[in-house]
Amino acid sequence: MTTQSTTTPSTVYTPAAGALSAVLSADEQPTRPSALAASMAFGWRAMLKIKHVPEQLFDVTAFPIMMTLMFTYLFGGALAGNTTDYLQYLLPGIMVMSVVMITMYTGVGVNTDIEKGVFDRFRTLPIWRPAALVGAILGDVFRYTIASTTILLLGLILGFRPAGGVIGVLAGVGLLVAFSFAFSWIWTMFGLFLRSEKSVMGVSMMVLFPMTFLSNVFVRPVTMPGWLQGFVEVNPIAHLVAAVRGLMYGEPDSYEITWTLVSGGVILLVFGALTMRLYNRK
Amino acid sequence: MSDSANGLAIETKGLVKTFGKTRAVDGVDLAVPAGTVYGVLGPNGAGKTTAVRVLATLLRPDGGEARVFGHDVLTEADAVRSRVSLTGQYASVDEDLTGLENLILLGRLVGHRKAGAKRRAEQLLDAFGLAEAAGRQVKKYSGGMRRRIDIAASIIKTPDVLFLDEPTTGLDPRSRNQVWDIIRIIVAQGTTVLLTTQYLDEADNLAGRIAVIDHGKVIAEGTPGELKASVGSGSVHVRLRDAGQRDEAERVLSASLAIGVNLDADPVALTARVDGNGGGAAEQASRALAALAGAGIVVDEFSLGQPSLDEVFLALTDHPATDDAEKEAVA
Repeated sequence: MTTQSTTTPSTVYTPAAGALSAVLSADEQPTRPSALAASMAFGWRAMLKIKHVPEQLFDVTAFPIMMTLMFTYLFGGALAGNTTDYLQYLLPGIMVMSVVMITMYTGVGVNTDIEKGVFDRFRTLPIWRPAALVGAILGDVFRYTIASTTILLLGLILGFRPAGGVIGVLAGVGLLVAFSFAFSWIWTMFGLFLRSEKSVMGVSMMVLFPMTFLSNVFVRPVTMPGWLQGFVEVNPIAHLVAAVRGLMYGEPDSYEITWTLVSGGVILLVFGALTMRLYNRK
Repeated sequence: MSDSANGLAIETKGLVKTFGKTRAVDGVDLAVPAGTVYGVLGPNGAGKTTAVRVLATLLRPDGGEARVFGHDVLTEADAVRSRVSLTGQYASVDEDLTGLENLILLGRLVGHRKAGAKRRAEQLLDAFGLAEAAGRQVKKYSGGMRRRIDIAASIIKTPDVLFLDEPTTGLDPRSRNQVWDIIRIIVAQGTTVLLTTQYLDEADNLAGRIAVIDHGKVIAEGTPGELKASVGSGSVHVRLRDAGQRDEAERVLSASLAIGVNLDADPVALTARVDGNGGGAAEQASRALAALAGAGIVVDEFSLGQPSLDEVFLALTDHPATDDAEKEAVA
């Protein structure tokens, strides 16, 4: 970063009628961009923000590393006798948990954008309406991929040996990232709806903690009381974990994969629609 | 621009926008001729920004109608968006990005391809004297530079209507003059500009017509000339050396100008509106100065200026232009 902050230009600016008129009467009249082009432009913006504020990658690297190390060594001995055996069970789960928890920053990002007023300009552009949000989430998808890769590499170093091989692992990460894309729309809704960044964080935690912990991430649900098993049975995160595990173990479970794709699709439709309704009425 | 039969760029009828119990915009009628600068003058909280946000399709009106080049802001929002551009009161560019990146992003969003967007961005940075700052994050720009990048962002595709919401609030005089020059050039190229401001001299300098807004209602509308005729063309400000002479000074001024004189909050200051009747305002003012000297009153400062927004409001509403926040608490 440069140390100089606001520097006064060496020469005083005087608006030149010639130069300004020339840009105003430019003959090149662009045509309205496609939905994809507009979303990609906003995705590029998200990448630029990572370039200028690289600290935000801390959340998607340090946090997952901490989670993986902490839970592997905390529970490994007690639950599986040794940490290497437990890691085979835990790694897909902790990967899902970390990435799903990171999705909440989507809402925080949307909320900050609105406060700064830059969304006002985007909302007055004649473009496909969801583009700004889709683009922001595309940037987040990049972050989810980094987080998944970080955990996977750490896991491999610690002794995680997935039977599904490269294909199985890639399919698992792909399913996780796709589901997280859909899941992020819950947070765009809250980001538009709630007043402050703090309340977005608060609500996200309230939803994410039970959804990720009350699942099959750490332990097999058969060890839980019946009522809790009932909750895990309908928790989409638990199905996602089961599906990712299946893919990584080389035993794809079509029931769990279908469950995940359908629940992701429903979340995307419902919260995408609610988000756009709020976005248009804000 | 063929789609507005009546030659109006913006037309509102009985426009209403409420927030809870507050009627922020309360039955506003506007008719803005295409190709002109139209000033919307009013104090903080008068409803200027709300009206602009409704016209720019950012807020849905609760009543009445608003059209931009004949397109309804509610039912034809997309058509309106393709004609308008907004420079808001707060930074409407991304402060984390550089000036160049911001303009390339917007260039791509109006439909330029990558190379075209970059070319357009560089042209604009040049024209706005920001070429040197192109690679710097906008949050490191000075106030004047930020305003310029904001306006540059608004004309990435030359709009038919440009909304400028208090474009000079908080700027130093030099930056303010730069913004005024830019506005004049933009309107000369055929863009209609709707400008909100708290400063009468700004509206007077730039606008062909002015609407004065108070409590969400238009309380006066006309050319700057018509408006000033109704409030007086100028005001005389006097500062005395000795506060003890103020009563005497008030009497002398009232007699020589034949109008009411206000005692300012400052114990040595007085203000009087001169309307230019019976000789020019300057002539009246010099007569008043002579009368004060004749009465042996020592004057430290004497000036003839345009009426302030406060004085306009006093003349039009019998109440000064105060922030509305307090008033709502009382009501």
